[in-house]
Amino acid sequence: MVERALPEASVSSAPIAGAAPRRGASIWSALLAEPRVVIAGGFLVLLALAAIFAPLIAPHNPLEQDLMLNTLPPAWVDGAEPGYLLGTDSLGRDLLSRMIYGGRVALTVALVAAFAAGLIGTVLGLLAGFFGGWIDAAVSRLIDIWMAFPPVLLSILLVAVIGTGLTSVILAIVVIDWTRFCRVVRSETLQQARMDYVDAAVVLGTSRWRILFVEILPNLLPVVVVLLSLEMGIAVIVEAVLSFVGLSVSSDMPTWGGLIAEGRQIIYQAWWVLVFPLVLLFATVLAFNQLGDGLRRLVDPVLLR
Amino acid sequence: MSAPLLEISGLSARLRRPPHSPLLRSVSLTVAAGEVHGLVGESGAGKSTIGKAILDILPDAIELCGGTIRFAGEDLTTMPAARLRKLLGTEIALIPQDPMTALNPSRQVGSQLTDGLRLRRGLKGAALKQKAIELLRDVQIADPERVLALYPHEISGGMRQRILIAAAFSLDPKLIIADEPTTALDVTVQKEVLRMIRNMQKIHGTGVVFVTHDLGVVAQVCDRLTVLYGGMVVEQGETAAILASPSHGYTRALIDATPRHDRAGTGMQPIPAGIVADLKAQLSRYGFGPSGHV
Repeated sequence: MVERALPEASVSSAPIAGAAPRRGASIWSALLAEPRVVIAGGFLVLLALAAIFAPLIAPHNPLEQDLMLNTLPPAWVDGAEPGYLLGTDSLGRDLLSRMIYGGRVALTVALVAAFAAGLIGTVLGLLAGFFGGWIDAAVSRLIDIWMAFPPVLLSILLVAVIGTGLTSVILAIVVIDWTRFCRVVRSETLQQARMDYVDAAVVLGTSRWRILFVEILPNLLPVVVVLLSLEMGIAVIVEAVLSFVGLSVSSDMPTWGGLIAEGRQIIYQAWWVLVFPLVLLFATVLAFNQLGDGLRRLVDPVLLR
Repeated sequence: MSAPLLEISGLSARLRRPPHSPLLRSVSLTVAAGEVHGLVGESGAGKSTIGKAILDILPDAIELCGGTIRFAGEDLTTMPAARLRKLLGTEIALIPQDPMTALNPSRQVGSQLTDGLRLRRGLKGAALKQKAIELLRDVQIADPERVLALYPHEISGGMRQRILIAAAFSLDPKLIIADEPTTALDVTVQKEVLRMIRNMQKIHGTGVVFVTHDLGVVAQVCDRLTVLYGGMVVEQGETAAILASPSHGYTRALIDATPRHDRAGTGMQPIPAGIVADLKAQLSRYGFGPSGHV
């Protein structure tokens, strides 16, 4: 009976004092606390701008050959020619310009393939996790079968069968990588569907579709955002692998994988043709991974303080 | 005398798949208007299953296989789905078990609190906000306007549970199913929340089915209680009378197993194995028999 003597006001105001500040105000401070989002995001934005405005930015036409200027070293090495910052390849084409144009293919594939795979995987995962039954059984078996194939080999096989080209590369990535989203989204949906708030919504007569897309889906977005970012990194790699073996876009279009393949052949004469595209590829994939991890912390409402 | 608010008779439930293990064995109980009725038992005794059956939110793996659930004379198990949807939420509301998962982390508190008012009463705009503020005042939340705009992770567990209580009472239902509403809270907050449910229930004259495993909680809030074991009713009656002189050994064992701070040196007593073995023998004897009463 002692606790009844406690004044109501003191009991009820205590938790409020400890409550976190408003959400909007904390976004910018959280961004500062997550510097990799700023760094990785900034790098990717620069890369995207360079790709979009390639004709304005690239110092040379990436296809222009000048055999008199072949295998020029980067600007800071003896024997360099001014105007060819990163040197030229065996046909005298400007390496920097070719890397900038190669970014167009890489980023197009990354964005389109990741979003398409994400969309398909997320929708199937939501349906399987929420409705269960035969839908879940079918989707889960499909994933099991899919995961049994080695992914890179499968994509090479796919492109070899449906033919090369930008659309084929994207299609190959989507067809293979939707499972990454589907697996995670399905298990997250299963978990969310067990939460009491879903029961509460059912009791209030909320429709199943509304529960799935309005109540559950927003809670999965942090996970999907992370996966999207990781998937973009993977798509860049797969595109590079495909263009390395000559199964990507046509050979008159510069690609990072194509540059690496070319550089591999002349590594003893001109190391830069191999090294610079490789470093750019590495940095891009790393940036996507770091961005994903940083974003997860930013958009997760529970981690947000 | 008019029909009781809630009258469950012979309710049985089992797993949908073979071997169809029984979960409820012919459970009967009544709840009068304005009464708080405790459902007590160990994990797996079927107390939550009863609450979920009333609300029609049983997991897919469980099916009802007999009995009726009459609410104000109408059988919920056989009424048309549309009528049931209308009753649930407005006349029968839920206070969920775990305040940590009962609020959607990605939606503001205010919008979740007013779901019922929006969906069922069509309230909106200033009137809705006014009503939301009143609801939070009723559960003694200071500064309600600010709280409405917060997200669930920004407030304490006790405050979440108070918001859920406010939401349950928002449509002024006749019956509330409180599914272990204090289990996830620490003891000091527990007292506060129990008192709040009791107060709100008295003010609104609401009947409450109070699911819990905690006899201490039952002693504080319940008028009558039903003790369950293995999906079967072991004992039923006025709370004070049962706690003072339980007629069944299992109830007595449950009471002895409750830690008490007002009696020094007694400690907790484990439930004697003999009683449970006895109950298990009974279960196998009765099966789906007409009555689980002892």
